[in-house]
Amino acid sequence: MALPTMAVLIFFLVLPIVMIVVVSFWQATEFSIIPAFDFENYEFLFGSNVTYRVFFNTFKYALITWALTLGIGFTVAYFLAFHVRSLTWQIVLFLLCTIPFWTSNIIRMISWIPFLGRNGIANSALISWGVIDEPLDWLLFSDFAVILAFVHLYTLFMVVPIFNTMMRIDKSLIEAARDAGASGAQILWNVIIPLTKPGIMIGTIFVVTLVMGDFITVRFMSGSQSANVGRLISNDIALLAYPSASATAVVLLLTVLIVIGIMLRFVDIRKEL
Amino acid sequence: MTTLSRRNVLKGGAAFAAGTTLGAPMIWAQNIKDVTLRQFGTGVSNLNDVANKVKEDLGFTLEMTALDSDSVTQRAATQPNSFDIADIEYWICKKVWPTGNLQAMDTSKIKNYDKIVGIFRNGKLTPESTIAQGTAPHTVGFTEGPDGKGFVDNESGWMTLIPTIYNADTLGIRPDLIGRPINNWSELLNPEFKGKASILDISSIGIMDMAMVVESMGEYTYPDKGNMTREEIDLTMAIFTEAKKNGQFRAFWKSFDESVNLMASGEVVIQSMWSPAITAVKSKGVPCVYQPLEEGYRSWGGGIGLSAALTGLERDAAYEYINWYLDGWVGGYLMRQGYYSAVPETSKNFMSENEWGYWFEGKAATDTITSPTGDALAKAGELRDGGSFQDRMGAVACWNAVMDENQYMVRKWNEFIAA
Repeated sequence: MALPTMAVLIFFLVLPIVMIVVVSFWQATEFSIIPAFDFENYEFLFGSNVTYRVFFNTFKYALITWALTLGIGFTVAYFLAFHVRSLTWQIVLFLLCTIPFWTSNIIRMISWIPFLGRNGIANSALISWGVIDEPLDWLLFSDFAVILAFVHLYTLFMVVPIFNTMMRIDKSLIEAARDAGASGAQILWNVIIPLTKPGIMIGTIFVVTLVMGDFITVRFMSGSQSANVGRLISNDIALLAYPSASATAVVLLLTVLIVIGIMLRFVDIRKEL
Repeated sequence: MTTLSRRNVLKGGAAFAAGTTLGAPMIWAQNIKDVTLRQFGTGVSNLNDVANKVKEDLGFTLEMTALDSDSVTQRAATQPNSFDIADIEYWICKKVWPTGNLQAMDTSKIKNYDKIVGIFRNGKLTPESTIAQGTAPHTVGFTEGPDGKGFVDNESGWMTLIPTIYNADTLGIRPDLIGRPINNWSELLNPEFKGKASILDISSIGIMDMAMVVESMGEYTYPDKGNMTREEIDLTMAIFTEAKKNGQFRAFWKSFDESVNLMASGEVVIQSMWSPAITAVKSKGVPCVYQPLEEGYRSWGGGIGLSAALTGLERDAAYEYINWYLDGWVGGYLMRQGYYSAVPETSKNFMSENEWGYWFEGKAATDTITSPTGDALAKAGELRDGGSFQDRMGAVACWNAVMDENQYMVRKWNEFIAA
């Protein structure tokens, strides 16, 4: 069994990554790619302050999105796992959460644009309620819009693994804590959160990697005015600069791996599963 | 789907080669129905209506793929076997031609060659006109011979691209939301329109719009906008980066649809725009003007190139297609969208007198002008923005271009977007 799996992994995962690493040392002119071993792409990447700004932006999006999806995701999962008593309702409500996923995530993202626009529904509603006099420009084509879309798109990736681990918590542990005199907050902090850590970690890995690898959400929701690493790569590819795109991709890959490595130091997912 | 696989088409080609030795034209006529030509290009002229008409008039199948300018360049340069016909712009040709992925075309096989407007032959619209800055089409339109790899500055009889479509671009505005005349490119950075301006995020075209603005502001006069030095690129980007940081721009657009939505929704009141986008905004009932400006237009031209791999029957079909293209039906179709045809006089036969007068001669419409899809664009008595063909194409200040410092410019453009 191991051999075919290995073959598939080597062919579809390891080989493409090796190829990306190799190409990252190549040179490119406008219309041709020249095999070489040259550090020029990396020199340019690390020598430009745009790179640092863009990486900072990418981390900013990832961090804010992570905090919000964790807050919302944990609350939703907690509600489903501990407040909804019957299994039927748990399944019904859980499926309800997945309904938005029946449409493409690009459509879900783009549908925010007319809603948040200067003359969009959000602004007209706020104006007619008398909350504001002038339309709010920062609702659309801003970091706010980007993060809103990210949270909307990726919260479910937090809900599912957290809900999954919560469902496997032995209810008698909670009863035991209550019998021992723990308050609701103490139970949450000392019993439920430690036991759902693996779920939180899996959700975190999903959200962080998705946000750090994204480019299309940032492009559409910021009106092309902000950049993250994904956009840097996509711009390079569009301009045929594959080597430079590969170098950026390698740096991004390493960054994400380091982030995940650090997170895994806190929770041993393998043991807890 | 009745289209045949490439393999079958090639078999057909082999059968044709055998057929021609017997000198039987009938075989050609039957075989051409089996030909499928794969054309790709930017959305402007990759129209399904054209493919349908080709099937009807010429009998063979044309498969269209529409991509954005960057992807088109990429594909033409890196995947020569993925297409038979490349519908590209002249500045893209300057990049792609040296790769050898396209073949030179024999102008003696082009029936209407002599009627092609001067812009594409010697660069001059009329004998008196001066040639605008940038990659003027005639400078990359000819090569030295059937195997030419360079460009020549005379009508050598071997064309790199057969010109098909071109236009003069300017800024689009929402007259109802601006409420005063706009006459200069510099208005794009006027603080009056803070948070309501936009520019396109396609570096090679955006930089030219920027240059028009910088010159109009009186900040700098470029010796050649189409070929800037590094210092000139830095200076241009600095002006726009500052404007961006001050919140001048609402968004940048990359696709045609985005520009239409920005304008129609009122997010933006002044922006770089393309002619059919104006048409699209107008057909939603929203007022929009393709504003002629004192400094002139930024112009572009496109043409059809043949893949180097194209031979035999398929190449004959491609020539047939090119001749048909210049014969007027497509020209009329494109002119009704606000573009110009390379051979305007043949297009006249496919347009009503009213349409010809409005779109080409700059005369007041005598009756309602409709788009090819049937939406009303202008009422009787209205004039085309910018006037006649001579007025518009005669006021071209620069052509879309590729610079020697293109890679530097692209990096600076990325910095501008990330700033």
